Amino acid sequence: MSAIAAAASDPAFRVLRGTRQSRIALGGAIALVAILATLPGWGDSGQLKVLVEFFTLLAMAQMWNLLAGYAGLVSIGQQAFIGLGAYGFFVAVDRLGMPIVPAVVVTAVACGGVALVTSLFAFRLRGGYFAIGTWVIAEVFRIVVSNTRELGAGTGVTIQTAVRMVPADRQALTYWLALTVGAGSIVVAAFIMRSRLGLALQAVRDNEVAARSLGVDVYRAKLAIYLVAAVGCAAAGAVIYLQLLRIQPNAAFGVDWTAKMIFIVIIGGLGRIEGPVIGTIVFFTLQESLADYGSLYLIILGLVAITITVVAPQGIWGTVTRYRPMALFGIQRRLVLEPVHPPGDPHGDDG
Amino acid sequence: MDWVNAVVQGVLLGGFYALLATGLSLMFGVMRLVNLAQGDLTILAAFLSLSLIEATGVGPFVSLAVVVPLMMVGGYALQRGLLNRTLDQGVMPPILVTFGLAVVLQNVLLSLYSADSQGIDAGSAEGASIAITNQLSIGVLPLATLVIAVVIIVGLQAMLGRTQLGRSLRATADDREAALLTGIDHRHVYAVATAIAMGTVAIAGVLLGIRTTFGPFDGPVRLIFAFEAVVIGGLGSLWGTLVGGIILGVSLTIGNQINPAYQVLAGHVVFLIVLAFRPNGLFARKGREA
Amino acid sequence: MTLLELDAISSYYGDLQALFGISLDVVEGETAAIIGSNGAGKSTLLRVVAGLTEARAGDIRFDGASIRRVAPHLRVGMGISLVPEGRRVFPSLTVEENLRIGTYRGRQGPWDLAAVYELFPILRERAGRSGAVLSGGEQQALAIGRALMANPRLLLLDEVSLGLAPVIVKQLYEALPSITAQGATILLVEQSVDQALAAADRVYCLLEGRISLTGLPAELTRAQITTAYFGLD
Repeated sequence: MSAIAAAASDPAFRVLRGTRQSRIALGGAIALVAILATLPGWGDSGQLKVLVEFFTLLAMAQMWNLLAGYAGLVSIGQQAFIGLGAYGFFVAVDRLGMPIVPAVVVTAVACGGVALVTSLFAFRLRGGYFAIGTWVIAEVFRIVVSNTRELGAGTGVTIQTAVRMVPADRQALTYWLALTVGAGSIVVAAFIMRSRLGLALQAVRDNEVAARSLGVDVYRAKLAIYLVAAVGCAAAGAVIYLQLLRIQPNAAFGVDWTAKMIFIVIIGGLGRIEGPVIGTIVFFTLQESLADYGSLYLIILGLVAITITVVAPQGIWGTVTRYRPMALFGIQRRLVLEPVHPPGDPHGDDG
Repeated sequence: MDWVNAVVQGVLLGGFYALLATGLSLMFGVMRLVNLAQGDLTILAAFLSLSLIEATGVGPFVSLAVVVPLMMVGGYALQRGLLNRTLDQGVMPPILVTFGLAVVLQNVLLSLYSADSQGIDAGSAEGASIAITNQLSIGVLPLATLVIAVVIIVGLQAMLGRTQLGRSLRATADDREAALLTGIDHRHVYAVATAIAMGTVAIAGVLLGIRTTFGPFDGPVRLIFAFEAVVIGGLGSLWGTLVGGIILGVSLTIGNQINPAYQVLAGHVVFLIVLAFRPNGLFARKGREA
Repeated sequence: MTLLELDAISSYYGDLQALFGISLDVVEGETAAIIGSNGAGKSTLLRVVAGLTEARAGDIRFDGASIRRVAPHLRVGMGISLVPEGRRVFPSLTVEENLRIGTYRGRQGPWDLAAVYELFPILRERAGRSGAVLSGGEQQALAIGRALMANPRLLLLDEVSLGLAPVIVKQLYEALPSITAQGATILLVEQSVDQALAAADRVYCLLEGRISLTGLPAELTRAQITTAYFGLD
């Protein structure tokens, strides 16, 4: 190979995602999940209950984070899918006689189908109007369900199949489902962010017009996230109500669910996976310590969210990583250039 | 005759929705800010009026003399102190902050007033009606509401089109930096727009309190109606908001005729239909798409 | 009498330094021009004077008093008006409304609607039309007229000739003497060297954020200008 040809050829490169930090964190996370999976064997029912709430909330927060942080879709209507997940699950187990675990899966997937239809309306709006639009859609479902006798109308329904289970068995199953949904949401989020879809969405987030000109199908990218978020929230909804046993339309389709998701993600940090994890922990701590204060607790939560949005829009994780860059989940892509050896170099290529 | 009556009542109801929506429409038109706390601010106005009436014994229309300026000053402060800070950071912060504000407002009202539904008593004005024919009568209050809505919109259009303030609002909405070069302080202009919006919210709130019972959590429902009226009518057009409100009102009353349980749903369905076929609304201005 | 004084101004475009210790002054009543190639920092300089861009070091004095901390909209009230690059007329406003908004700060002086229409008759013809449908030259006239309505003591013109046919540019420049005749001082930025030399009493040349040449048009040779413009040395 002549000197000119060697100089003209592109340097070889690799794209690395993991770092030593992230590999350690991954090992730690797997160990943690393994330990948590054994909890039904030695934990008490109260602990299991709290963790079910924690994991389902974490899953919902990850979904909202994908929507807002990656696809730029601010939704205040995710409760539509939580409610649909709950009622769908009820129909699957109580009316169609499905076993619990397949019922959750089928319900979640079916809600993805519903999301495909609602997207036809929601995606005609942008920004704040999209947000309210998603809320309207949730309200439509709420009203329809509230007026459907077969679904218990305004009074709601009880999941009889679950009631009839042995409590310990039901608790364990619910817990494992919650753990799967929670850990699964992190896995799905990481998988998406590491994929081409994630890269496309980052491009869209930075500059939609430029991304489009590079051939990114913005609509489909956003739609994909919207569907994933619907499926995730539906799964979470099914598990939540498997634990609560009683489904009422105003609660299941209440905007409170989304409010919690939003607060968690804002406080924890938008756009990264670590954020919702931290946010859920903080939210839970606040909830426990302020539980006795009723509406004061929500006022404080709201004020904290407002303050953080204005003062530290990156949330806790974002602000921390600004000073000490860290990534516990190997999402960031790094370009590593291979050294090019000049011809004649005994270590380089021949020819 | 029932249907004619339904339509007439719907038009009157539409005036109320248009009034609810005017502030939302104005704020979006000037600074592209969607105020998710709009409904809750309306409820706040109703509660302020109620408290004033209970404390001083004045009538609800007199209470406007205090509630309107109070809300306008509050709106100016809110925009200048908080919302202005969210405007340069992208689409999300204004949504998140106004959403947080909505939650805070609801719970503040809950702790101050309890969850009970309240109502503002307007005395004889409430039930008064004008009989048009044997089967059709028009309530005085709903009619007054529609008239007020039209007057406010006419007034706002005139302000926007003919005054220096209006020009400064439109110029700032067009090009904030060029407006700066003309001597316009956008921070002040935005705050004035919000103040005006809050003035209309105050009026809408008091009228709401008279026509129906209200509680601390009734804001979001009003936000949704206001939003639907704006979208149906087309973003950026105040007249569009009036028409959108009327279409919404008529949808609800006709829906009520068909099946009272689905009254509200009828409004949502009409909104979704308009969204499906005319996503920019019926009278959207160019460059003001959703 | 010095109207505007820039004292070792340094300014940044993001993280990039655009101006390195610029010092210049503009005498009241004169027309001063700043020339230089693209990216030399000319527009940044005007933006700093108008207050749109921050001066991170140095001082700006207007009529003897420092205005470095004065907000841009207030500088309009003091008598500094910038006609920005790209015209930037308000598309939602008609021609007449664009002019009327120019009086926002309420400064008194010789320029009112009638005077501006006399200077640019084409604007009177287009008075009711939206700012957006005007041609490039008409928009430029409108932008200048809008700035004049604020009765500035110092009129800043940023790249008036940009994107316009030479004939139109000539017409616009022919209006400048009427403006200074009414008492305004002009500081303009111009890509076209010939136009700048023809219009200005004094010329500054900017090269990569520094002043490379200054002098009276009559005294500067082509060679000097070329060297200062392109930095060949």
